[in-house]
Amino acid sequence: MVQITSALPIAKMIGSNRTVLGHGIVHVAGDPNLSPEEEKNLRRKLVKQAMAALESEEKE
Amino acid sequence: MRIVHYINQFFAGVGGEEAAGAPLEEKEGAVGPGRLLEELMGGDAQVVSTLVCGDNHAVENQDAVVAAVVEKVRAAKADLFVAGPCFEAGRYGMISGAACVAVEAELGIPAMTGMHVENPGVDLYREGLYIVDSGKSAAEMKGVMGKIVAIAQKRLKGEPIGKPGEAGYLARGLILDAFVEKKAGHRLVDMLMAKVAGEPFETEMPVSSFQATPMPAAIKDISKSKVMIITDGGLVPRGNPDKIVGMAATTWGTYSIEGRDHLKGKDYEISHGGYDQRFVEQDPDRLVPLDALRELEREGAIGELHNEFISTSGLANPLSNTRRMGKEMVEKVRAEGVNAVILTST
Repeated sequence: MVQITSALPIAKMIGSNRTVLGHGIVHVAGDPNLSPEEEKNLRRKLVKQAMAALESEEKE
Repeated sequence: MRIVHYINQFFAGVGGEEAAGAPLEEKEGAVGPGRLLEELMGGDAQVVSTLVCGDNHAVENQDAVVAAVVEKVRAAKADLFVAGPCFEAGRYGMISGAACVAVEAELGIPAMTGMHVENPGVDLYREGLYIVDSGKSAAEMKGVMGKIVAIAQKRLKGEPIGKPGEAGYLARGLILDAFVEKKAGHRLVDMLMAKVAGEPFETEMPVSSFQATPMPAAIKDISKSKVMIITDGGLVPRGNPDKIVGMAATTWGTYSIEGRDHLKGKDYEISHGGYDQRFVEQDPDRLVPLDALRELEREGAIGELHNEFISTSGLANPLSNTRRMGKEMVEKVRAEGVNAVILTST
């Protein structure tokens, strides 16, 4: 499991092993200031980071 | 006053590790530490029945053993159930905690146990039980049983138990109202001065500690994996069909995304206090990134996206509760043949 969250200190405190920094507490996988297309690209980037973390043996 | 006492094979004098597979057995009257329990309770208190079980048998068959214990306590018409004390014995602590929780929930009588703070049973059950801080050494049996008895008697009479440090039980994480003389700022400075001077002080907010979770092995090839999305951000279909509450949720839901390329705001709502929900309600993909994952599924970057997401509300929730829900979710994830989970947290 990989956790995408903007509250990384909490995730680390409870022992989450694979984490990706989200894009804000209130829109962890989005950004309302971007155009829909840019926003989807941002989301793809986050999800790809999450996929890479799932394939990695390194704690992050 | 009728008491039922649960002890393991060692304290019952049945044997050590070689007897840890012994099944649950009921003995009439007090056995081993039960005699001390009876004596310290005084008055007309009587250990009417002692339940003895080998620790291996108990944890390997926990559900069945706990159910049998509850039935025997019910049949004995007990007023009080005591398990242990268990000191450092981990399996003994786990079964004692589970039995106490079940007896209190199903029979409504007080249940008491005692453990060393590092016993794994403490982490699992401290929020739901009065667990006397037993220390490591069984040589302290008398003092420990004395504290168990003192708290049991208060509970039987409906008297206040007092603070953990004073009554000798392990903190349950409960927050209670109290009148104090000094305002927070003064108390804080007092504590700081004491700390600087090397004097003892007591924090008003102990930090929870969490056991490290072993890191699961990496996925070899995510393009061949089945991926599922879970969120603790409280996204639910409009109308909240499973009535998941927005704070200290006790339930979670599973919602279909079959045939959808992205989530529409009009179909969903948020049941989660404490954060500004407007952005996710405008576009739920900002919490459950379905649009991006569908594209990656089509491109073959992930093997398959599971056609449901799991959701609950991760706000102000006791650990005992979230652990249970986590375990339930794991069963679901396994049953669906999912290899990888992406959890999004607000």
